[in-house]
Amino acid sequence: MSLLEFFYRHRQEIMTLTLEHCWLVGVSMLLASAAGIPLGILVARHPKWNKPVLGSANVIQTIPSLALFGFLLPVPWLGERADRLAITALTAYALLPIIRNTAAGIESVDPSVREAARGMGLTARQILVQVELPLALSVILAGLRVATVMTIGIATIAAAIGSGGLGEFIFRGLAMVDNRVILEGAIPAALLALVADAALGLAERRWRRSF
Amino acid sequence: MTGETFQPAIEFLQARYAVDGHIILSGLELAVAPGEVLALVGRSGSGKTTTLKLINRLLDLTSGDVRVEGRSVGNWDPIRLRRHIGYVIQEAGLFPHYTVERNVALIPRLEGWPPERVRARVEELLHLVGLEPAKFRDRHPRELSGGQRQRVGVARALAADPPILLMDEPFGALDPLSRAEIQREFLALQSRLKKTVVLVTHDIREALRLANRIALMEAGKLVGVYSPLTFLKAREPLAAEYVATLGPGETPESAA
Ligand SMILES: Nc1ncnc2c1ncn2[C@@H]1O[C@H](COP(=O)(O)OP(=O)(O)OP(=O)(O)O)[C@@H](O)[C@H]1O
Ligand SMILES: [Mg+2]
Repeated sequence: MSLLEFFYRHRQEIMTLTLEHCWLVGVSMLLASAAGIPLGILVARHPKWNKPVLGSANVIQTIPSLALFGFLLPVPWLGERADRLAITALTAYALLPIIRNTAAGIESVDPSVREAARGMGLTARQILVQVELPLALSVILAGLRVATVMTIGIATIAAAIGSGGLGEFIFRGLAMVDNRVILEGAIPAALLALVADAALGLAERRWRRSF
Repeated sequence: MTGETFQPAIEFLQARYAVDGHIILSGLELAVAPGEVLALVGRSGSGKTTTLKLINRLLDLTSGDVRVEGRSVGNWDPIRLRRHIGYVIQEAGLFPHYTVERNVALIPRLEGWPPERVRARVEELLHLVGLEPAKFRDRHPRELSGGQRQRVGVARALAADPPILLMDEPFGALDPLSRAEIQREFLALQSRLKKTVVLVTHDIREALRLANRIALMEAGKLVGVYSPLTFLKAREPLAAEYVATLGPGETPESAA
């Protein structure tokens, strides 16, 4: 039986787990952006927050992912459901590139542009929304791209705590010592990462070229 | 010029500005009359840009006072103050993600002008600064030369018709021909609009030609304030140095 036939026979489950995977990653990315972009703005605005914020996000990244899932297990509410726990951990991992790139993007805005905006009487909020965020957007998108690709990979490990997703195949394949089953998880995960990378990369270039 | 009957549009009272104990401006006493063009001239680093930024509160005074239309800048709402004062910066500072049209329309739009009026105003201003609207309206700053960018910067500062204008080397990147042309436009415009203008320039000819008075600065201090005629005859060594850079027989039009 060829690998393709093997995949075809399991297409239903591959589909289900791929969707589950996308859901885990999608929700995590939304939460990480909702937290990371404002934190990045904070860091760019007030350099004194640079160390505590980026330092914490950095520390989270150094924790091996399997260990982080384990640490969160006894936490009340979170530990009750595997997907909650997985999303929390994935969100925490995705923060660093988003915060860092948002801050870098805003800091890279030409000071003369910011000064002209201020000098003409734009409020701090107008400067942020009309000048800084649009000019930082391609760098922010680059951060989202790195974070998404990374999260798609780490999300496979979340299957170890029973959150589902393509990691299921990988762990099952390891237990069964069947490479075909491992590939049923690994190949769709790799494709997802490639597609996300290409799509966000395209958005980034589009925006950069629009002016 | 500044009769006691006039309330100065801008007034510096013993203005001092220091950063980390390093004094950048000190003892500045200067009044600009309404409708007057005052040129600020001085070496690089003498404090000209700093002087402008104290007027629109991009920088806050260390001591002394700056008044705009009789009111201390500290008592103005900074946003209202800046909308009241057009600002042309040295590097133009156009928004790179906006077209020329949107750059010029920035303040009118924020002020809630109706779109037709904004459009007409942009058209009028682009003509005024010598940029054909049909050709330049939809370009981005990246697609303009340095001189064209500066012109857009001037148009943007004029857009909402502020009574006071601060210009930091606004024509620095222009070739001599365009420069002479825009100077003529400036004079024609100024005779109609009578704005209060503080103009920083390195070009003494430009100062003599455009300004009613010339304020000479050195190392964070005001050396003196002269009319174009008295400047040419000033005994002050720094003024004399500037005059010496003029060619023999160069008589500026504004001195006539
Ligand atoms: N934030 C700052 N910290 C320390 N020194 C500063 C700061 N900003 C300006 N200076 C100094 O203040 C002095 C005056 O600067 P300013 O920009 O007003 O000069 P300028 O006359 O406009 O010069 P130029 O003709 O080159 O534009 C300079 O010596 C400059 O180095
Ligand atoms: Mg300057």
